[in-house]
Amino acid sequence: MGFLSMTRNIAQNLFEGPSTRRYPAVKRDYEPKSRGMIGIDIEACIFCGLCSKRCPTGALTVAKDRKEWEIDRLRCIFCGYCVEVCPKKCLSMANHYSPCVTDRGDAIHLEKQAPKGTTEQPVEEKQEKE
Amino acid sequence: MSQRNVIPFGPQHPVLPEPIHLDLVTEDETVVEAIPSIGFVHRGLEKLVEKKDYQDFVYVAERICGICSFMHGMTYCQAVEEVMGITVPERALYLRTVWAELSRVHSHLMWLGLAADAFGFESLFMNCWKLREGILDIIEATTGGRVIFGSCKIGGVRRDIDGDTMKGIVEKLDRIAAEIRHTTDVFLNDYSVQHRLKEVGVMSGEEAYALGTVGPVLRASGVAMDARKIGYAAYRNLKFEPVVEKSGDCHARCRVRVREIFQSIDLIGQAARKMPEGEIAVKVTGSPSGECFSRVEQPRGEVIYYVKANGTKNLQRFRVRTPTFANLPAMVRILKGASIADVPNIILTVDPCISCIER
Repeated sequence: MGFLSMTRNIAQNLFEGPSTRRYPAVKRDYEPKSRGMIGIDIEACIFCGLCSKRCPTGALTVAKDRKEWEIDRLRCIFCGYCVEVCPKKCLSMANHYSPCVTDRGDAIHLEKQAPKGTTEQPVEEKQEKE
Repeated sequence: MSQRNVIPFGPQHPVLPEPIHLDLVTEDETVVEAIPSIGFVHRGLEKLVEKKDYQDFVYVAERICGICSFMHGMTYCQAVEEVMGITVPERALYLRTVWAELSRVHSHLMWLGLAADAFGFESLFMNCWKLREGILDIIEATTGGRVIFGSCKIGGVRRDIDGDTMKGIVEKLDRIAAEIRHTTDVFLNDYSVQHRLKEVGVMSGEEAYALGTVGPVLRASGVAMDARKIGYAAYRNLKFEPVVEKSGDCHARCRVRVREIFQSIDLIGQAARKMPEGEIAVKVTGSPSGECFSRVEQPRGEVIYYVKANGTKNLQRFRVRTPTFANLPAMVRILKGASIADVPNIILTVDPCISCIER
């Protein structure tokens, strides 16, 4: 019956329940390989600046003299090129995105290496809201 | 003689996900002429190539279109590799083939959904997109992104798919294929669908060929032309024949896409079985010098990349001819003489991708 070809699907859908997730009660798990926010182990960084040179959108700024590494999370396109080229492998890619921001300035994240010989923890000037 | 009216269609219209404008010159209910105007979202990529490093430009090429993003990156890489004389490892070629075919499956499922929406089958539309979600999950698990794969680079690919994952993908695709078959049966056999699509927007093979039509639109008119047959990537080692339908109407174009979904799933199975072990990329040094044309069969048809380099980090000239651009003359031609009510169906069966037209 030509016009009843959809019936099987409709019957199936009636008993299957919704196909969509009941968000926010049920959260979506990202795949382990999902490309998300870039993180850095700042103590291992040698400030070679290769990541900022390779970044296709210019989201990364590295200041060797001040021992600072900065990322504009809204410019980042999650390509992972910086993680690939990092010679010390101190850059990493999480499988989730960075938190939402309401102001462009809030998306700029700065990491600073503690001066050598002190026990001071790395200072984060613009703390990200988790 | 009846009065002529001009009906504007787009740039915003329920059946158009992207902006294209058509002036439909009508006499009563019949379209006598369709005048397209494009350029609403032009991005000037061909100029941008002069500023970007040729290796970074892969990311830009990938972002030409959100549906066949991987294939755009792949075509660009192929062109630069050809210029530089790089031999890509065999495994990388197979991986490229797998991702390209996954793109085709998800693009065609998306198109089936949009087509169902255009002729008023809301739940069929939802069904198609539900199935597409399964394909997108595979893509995310293997490349890390749902839309932008970011997996192709000059000299190979960035990511590998291990043997077990590949086996899992083939099994999952077989399961999805069974579900797709139930849904696509509606497109092939349903009375109302046939009533809306059969003998609408007919184009003969000679006409399609003369207008330079590509992809499923050309194959639906009986011309067996498929760029995959030129044997790029791993296609030279895979067995397949271009899907051809004879009647050249909207339903034929629909049938071609339905059959291509199953062909692609079969090709992924073949590639998974034949995939050799080994490296996935070679190191690329130096800058390209020379020029090259590269052709790839995208879900919408054949895309052509022209690349000209003069030995510096930036390319000198870059040109893309996307399948939708090649199909525009055909679209204008089949709109002529159609009834106003059939215009959305005709436009959709050509499957226009406006972001592709506007580079």
